[in-house]
Amino acid sequence: MKRWIRGIALALALVLVLASAAAAEGFRTLDEIRESGKITIGLFHDKKPFGYVDEYGEYQGYDVYLARRLAQDLGVELEIVAVDAPNRIEFLQSFKTDVILANFTYTAERAEQVDFALPYMKVALGVVSPDGALITDVEQLKGKKLIVSKGTTAETFFEQNYPEVQLVRYDSYTDAYLGLLDGRGDGLSTDNTEVLAWAIENPGFSVGIESLGSLDTINPAVSKGNETLLAWINEEIRKLGEENFFHADYEATLRETYGENADADALVVEGGVI
Amino acid sequence: MPDLGISVLFRGINFQRLLLGLWVTLRIALITIGVSLVLGLLFGLLMLRKNRLSRGFCRLWLEIVRFMPQLVLLYLVYFGFARLFGWNLDGELSAVLVFSFWGTAEMGDLFRGALTSIPKHQRESAAALGLTRAQINRYILLPQTARRLLPQAINLSTRIIKTTALVKMINVTEVLKVGQQIIGQYYREPAAAFWVYAAVFLLYFLICWPISLLAGWLEKRYQDGPAAGAA
Repeated sequence: MKRWIRGIALALALVLVLASAAAAEGFRTLDEIRESGKITIGLFHDKKPFGYVDEYGEYQGYDVYLARRLAQDLGVELEIVAVDAPNRIEFLQSFKTDVILANFTYTAERAEQVDFALPYMKVALGVVSPDGALITDVEQLKGKKLIVSKGTTAETFFEQNYPEVQLVRYDSYTDAYLGLLDGRGDGLSTDNTEVLAWAIENPGFSVGIESLGSLDTINPAVSKGNETLLAWINEEIRKLGEENFFHADYEATLRETYGENADADALVVEGGVI
Repeated sequence: MPDLGISVLFRGINFQRLLLGLWVTLRIALITIGVSLVLGLLFGLLMLRKNRLSRGFCRLWLEIVRFMPQLVLLYLVYFGFARLFGWNLDGELSAVLVFSFWGTAEMGDLFRGALTSIPKHQRESAAALGLTRAQINRYILLPQTARRLLPQAINLSTRIIKTTALVKMINVTEVLKVGQQIIGQYYREPAAAFWVYAAVFLLYFLICWPISLLAGWLEKRYQDGPAAGAA
């Protein structure tokens, strides 16, 4: 009884493998997108201020602003596909979207599965600390307590590069921030976008170090091998750089979150040049 | 300020968006339940056949449904079919296909169980009274099977309704996904999450509760008169 079940399962698997081998390259080239009059772009739907839906059901945010411009300059209609962090690559690999613009951080591992275009944003670590004892240089942290969340890039960065900094580890971001408010550490480190936004909400705290550690970039991504579309996006990002498009994008979508005093250049990348 | 949280539900058209999401949830669930009922009866009959091949086929289907998480099946159909065969199905259609695939097997198994649980003497007594096969099915077996099937079938229906929450992973904006969008927008107001989830809970409850009441009422009604279903 069991043997023939296994037999059928094997046969099924074989069919799937054969079918996948036979499947043609499914992505749409630049010309095909133009002809269809529509480009599908995958965006976050619940990550304010990068990609979210406002109270009138309209998509808004830094990524969405760029998506609208891409569609406009390509002369086609924009079809937004709501994606979530874990399935972003899947949408490109199954050709459900032409582009992913869901605040997609470049990593070498991801670059094997999708093709990244030029960056339009950058993320590094930031350190927030009380105004009374503001930490403006990483050297000041030596021998002091720094709060981090477990499993974040901040934790590994300090473990590897500054072992003399005492790390206070918390399980969640919420607990980590509460720890800082309670004075359980001299500062807190995580993505600079996070600490910048948090410092605005919490008077008495400032981000003394805005950019630390290896810089991660946020890039548009297309299906692996879609060279025509990739080339067009890269060209477009260079052109948009000339008119300082991404600073305008920042002002329109991020300024409110990061506040009047935040430096747009800590996040914005113009023309794909870091 | 507890009102700070609940007010997010009524900003802009947020509440209409939740209701619209609920309609998407209901639409998927109702189509799925309808398909599962019809195909499930056929599936149940197929399971009862003596033929080894048809029984093996049903068993394989049922085992796949039981062992594969629904989410994996959804991914397989939504992403996998596009990748393997170039079939670019939209999220809602994928969801109906997957849930019907599941519902048919489960409903079929329930139907088979209900039918085989009817004591043998019921059929034999009817035959002894001179009823034809069609009459036995119509007046003796079907009403009793229906009565036994009902509570379980309704239980399965509410499970289908609740499982539709998974479709947010394949780009279908149903009620839970709308809820997350609202929470995502008001991430600076921690109380918003509570009220949005409370609202989503209430909406699911408002759908599933009447169904459950209906189940209780039907069950009771059929219990009062054993032959009521045949009348």
